[in-house]
Amino acid sequence: METSDKNAGAVNPEKILKEAHKVESGWILVGTVVALILIMVFTKPDPYQNMIVFMADGLWVTIYTTLISFSLVLVVGLIGGLGRISKNPIIRGIATVYVEVIRGIPLLVQLIFWYFAMPAILRDLGTTLNIESLANYKTNPLVMAIIGLTIAYGAYMSEVYRAGIQSIPKGQMEAARSLGMTYFQAMRYVILPQAFRVILPPIGNELITLLKDSSLVSVVAVADLTRRGREFTATNFNPIETYSMLALLYLVLTLLTARLVSYTERITKTER
Amino acid sequence: MTDEPIIHIENVHKYFGHVHALKGVSLDVQKGEVVVIIGPSGSGKSTLLRCINRLEEFDKGKIIVDGIPLDTAANINAVRTEVGMVFQQFNLFPHLTVQENICLAQRIIRHRSKEEAAKVAKDLLAKVGIPDKAKMYPPQLSGGQQQRVAIARALAMNPKIMLFDEPTSALDPEMIQEVLDVMLNLAKEGMTMVVVSHEIGFAKAAANRAILMDDGQIVEEAAPEILFNNPKQERTKLFLSKVLK
Ligand SMILES: Nc1ncnc2c1ncn2[C@@H]1O[C@H](COP(=O)(O)OP(=O)(O)OP(=O)(O)O)[C@@H](O)[C@H]1O
Ligand SMILES: [Mg+2]
Repeated sequence: METSDKNAGAVNPEKILKEAHKVESGWILVGTVVALILIMVFTKPDPYQNMIVFMADGLWVTIYTTLISFSLVLVVGLIGGLGRISKNPIIRGIATVYVEVIRGIPLLVQLIFWYFAMPAILRDLGTTLNIESLANYKTNPLVMAIIGLTIAYGAYMSEVYRAGIQSIPKGQMEAARSLGMTYFQAMRYVILPQAFRVILPPIGNELITLLKDSSLVSVVAVADLTRRGREFTATNFNPIETYSMLALLYLVLTLLTARLVSYTERITKTER
Repeated sequence: MTDEPIIHIENVHKYFGHVHALKGVSLDVQKGEVVVIIGPSGSGKSTLLRCINRLEEFDKGKIIVDGIPLDTAANINAVRTEVGMVFQQFNLFPHLTVQENICLAQRIIRHRSKEEAAKVAKDLLAKVGIPDKAKMYPPQLSGGQQQRVAIARALAMNPKIMLFDEPTSALDPEMIQEVLDVMLNLAKEGMTMVVVSHEIGFAKAAANRAILMDDGQIVEEAAPEILFNNPKQERTKLFLSKVLK
């Protein structure tokens, strides 16, 4: 541990060059895809420009569905991850069941459950318990989709947090506790700040995967990018053009997110 | 009342699964006393030390520190703020500067102001002989410097007792003395110390009592000159013949 830390502090010119190269090639790819989209839009405004105008609100829905879910996932994952390493067997048991059950069910099935089954369950419950507002419960597709994504990705993220926390040497917690800190103070001030640096890359991956998986919400009545694309072809009968553009738009989003993630990684690395 | 020991350990047993790591250890340490513990690897030295501030739970027996029994969670935290601990691997917080390492617990446990904590850190860094390293990060320091920061970090909480678990055995030989010097000074100032260490020179210079542990038990305890030069027990003689070689 000591020697690896020493190496981390050292400047390795070869590594910096490699990093710089990686950064550049990342932006070149983003630039190429954006250029391709622009060329398509300007050379063939019909259908590409019309399509983009039509799908713009869906693009926005995809972005904020992803961002809201991801913010919640960061919190749920932290709670789940702490639960997974809890000394209390009941808390650990609940966290483990949560993670295992969620990971064992396809995301699409979960989203369908939240949208179709959950409201029905709530209404039944409202009828039985005679709670009128619950009995007349009306679904909000977006809310249900965000709940579904959050609960699913919260489980995946729990494992990311757990691995990160467990990668910090035990001596860190012991030193913090021996200074009189409580478990949660030690977590907050000593363990998590270190763990966070370790898990930044996998957290970034989760964000990118979540962005892509958010396309599944198109099946449960959320007018996201994918759903708007399908609606566009439904009236214009041009699946080749529409779905090519759809793919390119997702590609721009994921490539940009990847840039953002590697940028944050570099900031936290040079911070010390 | 003055004879009330500051650490009272009574018939403590500790099991790790089937391993019986402590087999009924009893030990009293008086205020201001320096006790050095030696013994072969696996004899339970670390475990005993870690039981004193409850980094390890024990299965049987009783430990009272400064009049506080180690039973409830509140008591354990109360004891931990009175007991400083220094580890073989330093365990400094690598994401914080030296100064932040020393200030963190002062701020959140002792609720000292930023300026107050910084003042304490400055004084302690001067005391351990590295006044110019406050803004550096632990991995940028030598082992000896890191260990001195670790001592300063523990002292910042104004502990009544300091526990040292082989504080110099991860250090290069040329750095051992600088750490021992800090510990010697601390002993002279009247700090109560329990030190696991095989530095016989330090034990002779600083300790009131030396203890040999073997197989989870205290085999022999005596003044250092006696234990190191004229031990009564065969096991002590055998162990010393190996260490002193
Ligand atoms: N966390 C643990 N889990 C299981 N067994 C342990 C644990 N910690 C210590 N032990 C066992 O308890 C016994 C005493 O260990 P301890 O670390 O106290 O010895 P020590 O005297 O400090 O040895 P060393 O000089 O090697 O540090 C050993 O047999 C060890 O293997
Ligand atoms: Mg040990």
